[in-house]
Amino acid sequence: MTTFLTFTVIGIVSGAVYAIVATGLVVTYTTTGVFNFAHGAVAMFAAFSYWQMTQSWGWNSLLALVVVLFIEAPLLALFVEETYMRRLYGATVVRSLMVSLGLLLILVGLAQAIWPAEQRSLPEFFAGHTVSLFNVVITYHQVIVVIVAILIAIGLRIYLRQVRSGIAMRAVVDDPDLLAMAGASPRRVARSGWILGFFLAALAGILISPELQVQGLDINFLTLLVVNGYAAAIVGRLRNLPWTFAGGIALGLAEAYATGYLPGHIPVNLVSEISVLTPVVFLFVALLVVPSSRLRAVGRLTVATPPRVASLVESIRGSVLFVAIAVGATFVLGGSMIGSVTQGLALGIVALSLILVTGYAGQVSLCQLTFMGIGAFVMSKVASGGASWWGLIIGVLVCAAVGAIVSLPALRLQGLYLALATLAFAQAAYYGFFSNISFIPQGGAVPVGRLSIPGISTSGDKAYMVFVAVAFVLCAIGVLAIRRSVWGRRLVALNDSPAAFATLGMSPQLSKMLVFAASAALAGIGGVLYAGQPLALNANDVQMFASLELVLFVTIFGIRTVTGAALGGLAAALLPLASSHLPWWGTGLTGVAAGVGISLMANVPDGVLGVPWLVRNVRIPGISPRRAPSIEAVQGA
Amino acid sequence: MPEMVETSALEVRGVSVTFGGIAALQGVNLDVRPGEVTGLIGPNGAGKTTLFNVISGLQRPDSGEVLLDGRDVTKLGTNRRARLGLARTFQRLELFGSLSARDNVQVGLDARRDKGDLTAQGLLHRVGVSADADRQVSTLPTGEARLVELARALAIDPKLILLDEPCSGLDDNETHLLGNLLRELADEGRGVLLVEHDMSIVLTICDRIFVLDFGELIASGTPAEIRRDPRVQAAYLGTAPDPSEPEA
Ligand SMILES: Nc1ncnc2c1ncn2[C@@H]1O[C@H](COP(=O)(O)OP(=O)(O)OP(=O)(O)O)[C@@H](O)[C@H]1O
Ligand SMILES: [Mg+2]
Repeated sequence: MTTFLTFTVIGIVSGAVYAIVATGLVVTYTTTGVFNFAHGAVAMFAAFSYWQMTQSWGWNSLLALVVVLFIEAPLLALFVEETYMRRLYGATVVRSLMVSLGLLLILVGLAQAIWPAEQRSLPEFFAGHTVSLFNVVITYHQVIVVIVAILIAIGLRIYLRQVRSGIAMRAVVDDPDLLAMAGASPRRVARSGWILGFFLAALAGILISPELQVQGLDINFLTLLVVNGYAAAIVGRLRNLPWTFAGGIALGLAEAYATGYLPGHIPVNLVSEISVLTPVVFLFVALLVVPSSRLRAVGRLTVATPPRVASLVESIRGSVLFVAIAVGATFVLGGSMIGSVTQGLALGIVALSLILVTGYAGQVSLCQLTFMGIGAFVMSKVASGGASWWGLIIGVLVCAAVGAIVSLPALRLQGLYLALATLAFAQAAYYGFFSNISFIPQGGAVPVGRLSIPGISTSGDKAYMVFVAVAFVLCAIGVLAIRRSVWGRRLVALNDSPAAFATLGMSPQLSKMLVFAASAALAGIGGVLYAGQPLALNANDVQMFASLELVLFVTIFGIRTVTGAALGGLAAALLPLASSHLPWWGTGLTGVAAGVGISLMANVPDGVLGVPWLVRNVRIPGISPRRAPSIEAVQGA
Repeated sequence: MPEMVETSALEVRGVSVTFGGIAALQGVNLDVRPGEVTGLIGPNGAGKTTLFNVISGLQRPDSGEVLLDGRDVTKLGTNRRARLGLARTFQRLELFGSLSARDNVQVGLDARRDKGDLTAQGLLHRVGVSADADRQVSTLPTGEARLVELARALAIDPKLILLDEPCSGLDDNETHLLGNLLRELADEGRGVLLVEHDMSIVLTICDRIFVLDFGELIASGTPAEIRRDPRVQAAYLGTAPDPSEPEA
């Protein structure tokens, strides 16, 4: 009984923190329409700042609290809102997700540069003081966490129902037009939404850090608090605060009981990962019970002209040039560069899978590197550490099947849910599988061979690089052919208007699932080739953060073009190489570069490659010829 | 001789929808016969678009049923209803904005299982926008874009077509041509349900008209009956004074 109570207390305490995290996410999301993936990163940054002030500079903790919660967090929120979030109001899911992911990478990168890895910890508030309840020892800190959470819940309720600015925030959720009529400025409300969100994130970060006795203050762990947060928020369907709060507590309890009671029955290797796996399982269960959302006619029209799709002849001509450059490069590049470029090209194939699913069909997937890992892993098993074409085929099929299954629970819901599900899946796959020594032995690598065609050896690194370059162009030609086909037109249509898509008799769910499976399969091909270079699949290469970085690089170069895929893949492979030659601040460089790129991207939907187009099409009021009002102007969308 | 019982192309029975306590539709009944143009009119916010959403499966009704060709489709999804021959256009356009006009229609044609002899160019020609077939639709003027939506809806060769304010953005001549086209569609045996604020076209081309006000059906009948109905004059035409009432 005491054990049960102990776990219950632990569960309620961590649940209270999750509830605060989730509440912050929901407040920002409902008031601004932007789902802030960087929410956990804000919590992390605040916790580290607090550590810096109290532990390193020796400030009084109350002073530090005030500075972090009431000065740093709100200022950061305003800065972020002003510099780029405000351009996202009313933007597509893809764009707003990308930008908040960019912010996440910036914050993580900055934190890595400012606070190099070392063991850090924060003391509990009132450390050493405890109370005892039914024989369970409870620290003052735990009591404080729960009280703070309750105060937040009550305070928010009063704020949103009784205070003018709070009522305005609620009105945004219920009816933006009404808000405008009532004379409140949507911008002001959005700012309050960001400030409140950042404040809650910072609070959660500071409260939970002392509880992390094992890992101490950990950048990744705190950043991924966001996963727990949104798992809880889904219980409230990303809108309802009381349910979100309940979701947080339920998640905390589930996690505590899982830790307390499962060990006897499940493989011991999984136990250590329970705190990572529980929210993921929780999330998928929650997704299954969330009622499906209706398709909505929103009257939004894509205005940016999509990049022109190359014809078959053009794509073949481009491919020949591309391979020629690759061959030329083998004469110029040195040994380690050959390896990185080869992996960059393989990542380019994974990036092509993103073009298909995100660029064309508008579905955000944040787990493409997980499929890359699965493809390579299957190859390793089928060809017992070598490579065979059968291995490739089976790997592709397994990826497609897993892709279909992962996407299934989220497909009935809006695009954001799919992104959340894929992120969670990437997490689960890494901690539950790739970094798990039962599947991938100590050292985190499994052997994978190199594919080759009869008569041509790919055992030399240069030959293999050309081989992968050829594979890339074949995949690119294929992706372009799909785009030109009936199916490709359909994907674009689905992206532009799911409602109209359905009124023509096609099932949006089925189409989404197919494209998701196809893109998973393509990522699997990339994975087999990627692992072939170092002759091994390294678990670390398929971490969730790596997936995010790839998505962001491809977005920066243009997620609707195959050139964007090639450059994005190369950048993702080469930038870490560059940062390893830099001094201490180089560690965070990749993330900061991606993040800054993304913040620019907020203005340029088609990435860097889209810029020349943008410049040509700028219309200067009064000078450019007047035309009949376009749809967008009339609909005011 | 036994009376022929013709099934309606569309039958709406007792449909109610509320949005956060506000009744957008209250027990609405309506039917559309094949071969007829049926009008649905009412002031702004009367619930016309909401009813279209219920019929096409984009909005779940709180109660009531929707029947297509006598078959209850209330529980079917939007795409299943389309397969049964229901097409619609949107008041706030839902075009595939990054595709050309031709490709918008082509997506509709490709969605069909039985390939008829329709072509995208032919359909665009029929609605009168073939000249701009290769332009990206998000750059088209509203009126033309609406016609592209109509062409796309026709691509699935619908038995019943719902049009939500197709004439807004069209000039008088274009409106007139569209009116002729809608009559033609009805003459081909299709059911046409038309929501339109332009009363002159509604009164000219409709066989029957239903009038919604605050989510309630307040009248139905032929154009002549509707024109005379005092409740319609009060609710919809608003300003029209009732001749039977002495002036204050
Ligand atoms: N998704 C929604 N959520 C909340 N209220 C809604 C929603 N859709 C419509 N309404 C409300 O329902 C009522 C009916 O709206 P609807 O759009 O059906 O009217 P309408 O007759 O098409 O008007 P109009 O002539 O302006 O197009 C309005 O009061 C509207 O504000
Ligand atoms: Mg309407």
